[in-house]
Amino acid sequence: MARFMEWVDARFPATKVWKEHMAEYYAPKNFNFWYYFGVLSMVVLVIQIVTGIFLTMHYKPDAATAFASVEYIMRDVPWGWFIRYMHSTGASMFFVVVYLHMFRALLYGSYRTPRELVWLIGMVIFVALMAEAFMGYLLPWGNMSYWGAQVIISLFGAIPVVGEGLAEWIRGDFVVSDATLNRFFAFHVILLPLLLVLLVYLHIVALHKVGSNNPDGVEIKKHKDASGKPLDGIPFHPYYTVKDTFGVMVFLVIYFGIVFFVPEFGGWFLERDNFAPADILQTPPHIVPLWYFTPFYSILRAVTWEWLPGGAKVWGVMAMGASIVMLFLLPWLDRARVRSIRYRGWMYKTALAIFVVSFVVLGYLGTKSPADVDLALFANVYWAQVCMILYFLFFLLMPWYTSKDPTKPEPDRVTSK
Amino acid sequence: MSDVSQDTSRRRFLTTVTTGVGLAGVAAAAVPFVASMTPSARARAAGAPVEVDISKLEPGQMLTVEWRGRPVWIINRTSEMLENLKTLDEKLADPDSAEPQQPGYAQNEFRSIRPEVLVVVGICTHLGCAPTKKFELGTAGGMSEDWKGGFFCPCHGSMFDLAGRVYRNVPAPTNLVVPPHSYIDDNRVLVGVDPEGVV
Repeated sequence: MARFMEWVDARFPATKVWKEHMAEYYAPKNFNFWYYFGVLSMVVLVIQIVTGIFLTMHYKPDAATAFASVEYIMRDVPWGWFIRYMHSTGASMFFVVVYLHMFRALLYGSYRTPRELVWLIGMVIFVALMAEAFMGYLLPWGNMSYWGAQVIISLFGAIPVVGEGLAEWIRGDFVVSDATLNRFFAFHVILLPLLLVLLVYLHIVALHKVGSNNPDGVEIKKHKDASGKPLDGIPFHPYYTVKDTFGVMVFLVIYFGIVFFVPEFGGWFLERDNFAPADILQTPPHIVPLWYFTPFYSILRAVTWEWLPGGAKVWGVMAMGASIVMLFLLPWLDRARVRSIRYRGWMYKTALAIFVVSFVVLGYLGTKSPADVDLALFANVYWAQVCMILYFLFFLLMPWYTSKDPTKPEPDRVTSK
Repeated sequence: MSDVSQDTSRRRFLTTVTTGVGLAGVAAAAVPFVASMTPSARARAAGAPVEVDISKLEPGQMLTVEWRGRPVWIINRTSEMLENLKTLDEKLADPDSAEPQQPGYAQNEFRSIRPEVLVVVGICTHLGCAPTKKFELGTAGGMSEDWKGGFFCPCHGSMFDLAGRVYRNVPAPTNLVVPPHSYIDDNRVLVGVDPEGVV
């Protein structure tokens, strides 16, 4: 074996890469619960790719047969239901772990210098993931698939001058049709998965260049022993590979619990209206995207002020775009002297709490009809407007409140709790 | 040879030109791929005109036909409906149809060629949902007290009157689109073709 590795290493840096990224990659020793979600997103990515490959063996990307082919997978293909439910549950779980992964960065300031590129590449992954999910959702060709795509592609139509032509180009037709389904299939199974895998690779290359942040937000590279190893670092393998294996097991228990017992998750993972085939003449009573898009969808609908120049529609689209752009800007908006929430003052803690609440409320309202009253006092659309403003204030006021925030002194070395 | 001074400006020029030619090549190569995603000849052909017989369409009834993959509504409005349209001006965003959401020959009080027959694309101008018909007056159809009949979009709550004109303070920015249409004779409408003599 040793001689074989010698032979390989003379031709390919296998041992070198293993050491640099696993056995001698020093990660902070104080990782906590929040540090599971990076590896979990990779696990879900693998699950989606593997189940996706097997689904394409039976799925037909054709408007006339797509819906029936999904039902065929569910009923006639041996274990087809299992693979399909793994894929549909995996999509939602992907967003669960990615949102928690991103929240971790907000907690501990993981996007701060020198980790801006780790964050930016991560944000591009998030956008690619949204595109991947959106296009995948059209493929079952259910009525909600159809009208969801119709609504989202129409957003491009709001762009002045070129909008209508652009929307037509995306659809390949005057309405969402067979042409649209076919190209979304191509993007969903080839373009975006390739892109996602490449981006995840870049995300990790960038991360391993600068090293992981940690719950204390202090740099472990400041204190090294005589041999140059960080005093507060432990080798990724075996310490974190073992820790992550445990986390993955727990995750899989929950994940398969859903796959086996509640794959539709009460309409949250698979919507009821999508069990009817696409009908071009019949819109579902109210169009709702899946839960992971609803916060942004709420922002889109919250802009109803007709007096805005050019009309409310185009501003709604811009607000939705801006809500994602804001996240990209985080590394430059945050001016705090410390990274971690453990040493930040009340201002950031309050702002983050308000942000999380408004994000969740926006998500909830995105599943409801704007004119109804589901919370209290006034209609959903007004609550959405309030939450949208809070959402944006979290970012826009960040340079101010993070620099004014009465922070506590950071420890010199990581703490162990 | 190392003492020979290099002509860096020539090298820079060649690099620039090579890069430029390369980029032009990439742009040219992108054309067929980008163009392949536009509506195909078949999709364009499916946009052919649709002939509709409206002889059995009683006053107050609505008919939905498909044109270019879109639902087109044909409504035979009663004289009461037409009277009601005149009372709505101040509730509407664009009561005079100033926005070009209809051909010139339908830019009138009733947004139609014949006053009673409305031909309109049944797609909400907000985000492309299909509004539902709410012809009953008042609260009968789940609308407000002073509802005069029209359409309600269930997606985001946009409201339109029986001429497809949009109400104020709803998400939809403009009136519903009146497609090009003309009459072959008293009973047949041709959706997708302007009347003769109109450009």
